[in-house]
Amino acid sequence: MAGWRPGFTHLLGDRGGLVLLTVLAAAAVLVPVLNLLVPPTAAFHVPTYLVSLLGKYLCYALLALSVDLVWGFCGILSLGHGAFFALGGYAMGMHLMRQIGTRGVYGHPVLPDFMVFLNWKELPWYWHGFDHFAFAALMVVLVPGLLAFLFGWFAFRSRVTGVYLSIITQAMTFALMLAFFRNNMGFGGNNGLTDFKDLLGFNLQADGTRAALFAASALMLAGGYALCRFVVNSRFGKVLVAIRDAESRARFLGYRVESYKLVVFTLSAVMAGVAGALYVPQVGIINPSEFSPANSIEVVIWVAVGGRGSLHGAVLGAVLVNYLKSYFTGALPDAWLFVLGGLFIAVTLFLPKGIVGTVPALGPGRCWKGIDAATTQLTRLFGGGRTQL
Amino acid sequence: MSLLPRVVLLIGLAFAVLSPARIEAAPVDEAFSGFASAGYDTIEKAIETLAASGHPTAEAVLNALEGGNLFVREADGAIVYKTKDGKVLDARTDAPIAGNAAESLKPVRVNNRIRRAVKAALGSLTLLNPRTESRRVAAEAVFKGRDPTALPHLEAALAKEKDAGVRRVMEQARAAALLGTDAPEAAKLAAIEVIAGRGDLEARALLASLGRDVPPAVAKAAAAAVAAIDGRLAVWNTAQSVYYGISLGSVLLLAAIGLAITFGVMGVINMAHGEMVMLGAYTTFVVQETIRKTAPELFDYSLAIAVPLAFLVAAAVGILIERTVIRFLYGRPLETLLATWGLSLVLQQGVRSIFGPTNREVGTPAWMSGAFELGGLTLTYNRLTIIVFAVVVLALLMLITRFTPFGLRMRAVTQNRQMAASMGIRTPWLDSLTFGLGSGIAGIAGVALSQIDNVSPNLGQSYIIDSFMVVVFGGVGNLWGTLVAALTLGVANKLLEPFAGAVLGKILILVFIILFIQKRPRGLFALKGRAVES
Repeated sequence: MAGWRPGFTHLLGDRGGLVLLTVLAAAAVLVPVLNLLVPPTAAFHVPTYLVSLLGKYLCYALLALSVDLVWGFCGILSLGHGAFFALGGYAMGMHLMRQIGTRGVYGHPVLPDFMVFLNWKELPWYWHGFDHFAFAALMVVLVPGLLAFLFGWFAFRSRVTGVYLSIITQAMTFALMLAFFRNNMGFGGNNGLTDFKDLLGFNLQADGTRAALFAASALMLAGGYALCRFVVNSRFGKVLVAIRDAESRARFLGYRVESYKLVVFTLSAVMAGVAGALYVPQVGIINPSEFSPANSIEVVIWVAVGGRGSLHGAVLGAVLVNYLKSYFTGALPDAWLFVLGGLFIAVTLFLPKGIVGTVPALGPGRCWKGIDAATTQLTRLFGGGRTQL
Repeated sequence: MSLLPRVVLLIGLAFAVLSPARIEAAPVDEAFSGFASAGYDTIEKAIETLAASGHPTAEAVLNALEGGNLFVREADGAIVYKTKDGKVLDARTDAPIAGNAAESLKPVRVNNRIRRAVKAALGSLTLLNPRTESRRVAAEAVFKGRDPTALPHLEAALAKEKDAGVRRVMEQARAAALLGTDAPEAAKLAAIEVIAGRGDLEARALLASLGRDVPPAVAKAAAAAVAAIDGRLAVWNTAQSVYYGISLGSVLLLAAIGLAITFGVMGVINMAHGEMVMLGAYTTFVVQETIRKTAPELFDYSLAIAVPLAFLVAAAVGILIERTVIRFLYGRPLETLLATWGLSLVLQQGVRSIFGPTNREVGTPAWMSGAFELGGLTLTYNRLTIIVFAVVVLALLMLITRFTPFGLRMRAVTQNRQMAASMGIRTPWLDSLTFGLGSGIAGIAGVALSQIDNVSPNLGQSYIIDSFMVVVFGGVGNLWGTLVAALTLGVANKLLEPFAGAVLGKILILVFIILFIQKRPRGLFALKGRAVES
């Protein structure tokens, strides 16, 4: 019953997680060093574009992690996590816009360029406060969290489950996309927010800032992983798995299913928001297409490729699929959708456990077996298992 | 004999013949001589006199004047005009002028003022035209022109008019003309009432332009009439929105109905459904291309040919997908959702590779183009056809589910899969056929959509979320639910558009559906019983 011990001691028994954390820690140190200290002519030099690209992958990985938490462990297939990611990104983008100050094209001291262009006279109320980093950071967490809380509050209490829930999460992100495309929403409409200059006084174009952002992403991903691992290994996490495998039974046993779902959904949305906030300064733009339903579905396939319900698999899947995407869109742009579509089909048909669950070397460590055993016990406890959804 | 004396002789002869008429119609003579004048005032007066006289050649002469074909013969000041086929005729008698008398012709002077006068004169002239349609057009022209000088002509025409419709237009024209005169207040009030009866934008513009220099009672009546017309137009605009909404609803219905079937029977959300619609649209494109190349005379039947073909193509692809992918994922609806999404990407990219990423041109058969007016509504034939088509497809589908053995089995599986299987229904076969049917209907929807939307690889994507909304809103396993949901969403969307704008309207609808699902998680028409638990 190793699975029942609470706290971070679990990380010791979690082989895949340990590998992941080691790799992340090494990357957080090595990549900036190789970028900043090794001369560009040396073979081991990491060019700045690559630092940003890797940083982007890590943000995607954090997003995938958040999806894995709800889908892999609680059976909530959210097709709208891109919305939380984008909201976090917009919160950060708004801060970065306010940091531009008078350096915009129109040189207006208060209003961002697009507002001057639209002939706005003053800053809308919801832009106030974003000139402070702390406030923006708070919003990065609060806005996606609050939206997820409200959405989940309604959806889970009404027992909207399965495909229906997936469809309405998709409707949510679609509605947000349409809303953010509107110019008079005050978020830059079609073009979104861009032309950022600096963050906390550091020039965003500078190599040092980019390396620091990369390191921050790596650390945040490591922290997110540790947090997820802590959650799923706790007693709370066991109930989540029980809900995933037999929701009605968990309810009959007296667990408040909707509360568990609500907490994990909100937590996951916050993680997605943080991922978005780290993503925006590294890619330099946030626009409404981040809300597009296709993006959110793509996140799910990262998780599925890596291995649903394994956490480190989600990270692996996100990095792998995005590497493939970078490669194909550069080398064979026409083939990318075939590859992505093929991945969707092949993974669901042939690799239901993803890479982590299929390749033994990456497979579950002791801890995973512990969880597996605990899950089996629980389902036996609940009176026989159903195959997972 | 030289030419000129011969012409003079001819004219003299004509005068001799027509002399009694000449005595009777002295003002006409004046008019004709007026055309020879160099002053525009005289010419304008001549036009009015000629038009008022009802002279048999008046219309031809005025038309000639407008086209610059009315001439003064320099030799004797006689007025002649040239017809379209180059003949030169005497303006007064229509007698042909022989030979090349044209040499010494000087055109009657025309400027914009004269042209306007000619137009007004022609309007009153044609009020007496024997053709009903010409009279109506002429009366409309007078209504728009509001020329008080046309009043006597209108009175004359009204006295003779027998067609009720033309009479009404003439009365409206008379009322419009009357408002420009210093007629007594009572007459003007009556006129406003007549004009208000028209109830269209023209009448509104006329009444609104009356201004302040009219008696207060008249101004008040006009304002009231404008308000009444506004109210009437608002009703028609709403009706038009509802029609657009029904049209949008029928499109949604076509796109969603196949999805509703597969979801109802198999519990499978088919994300590639939109791509079946796209395949149907591309089938239409291929059919039309083939027809253009081989048998252009069949073009008007191209859609009729495309419908069964689109059904077959989409159904075949659907069955193929079911047999190769979905079959292995039963009981795992979320995985099916992902796999079919992957399929949709592959199909999109496949079509993009074959047909190119740009929009393809799909033509509209002659019988589907154009529109007709119904009251204040403009109904286009292609939209109307799609509405009818959607209704026919829905009816056929209902007949199939209601009265065929296949439909009976389909309903049984929808209600309780295990029980149906124990009763000997081969559920795997049924799943394949159902999936084929749903996909085939999506293909048919594609034929219809090719008429109103761009045929591009992204065609399906733009409809898939809307179709989901329809299915989720309407509830599963009930075609009536799909119908009600499609029409409700379509009409609500179009009714919101004038107030909220297209995008915000759509957002409101989405938010409404998200909230609605909280209240009724299984849609409007939910199946009762144990099927719900699965």
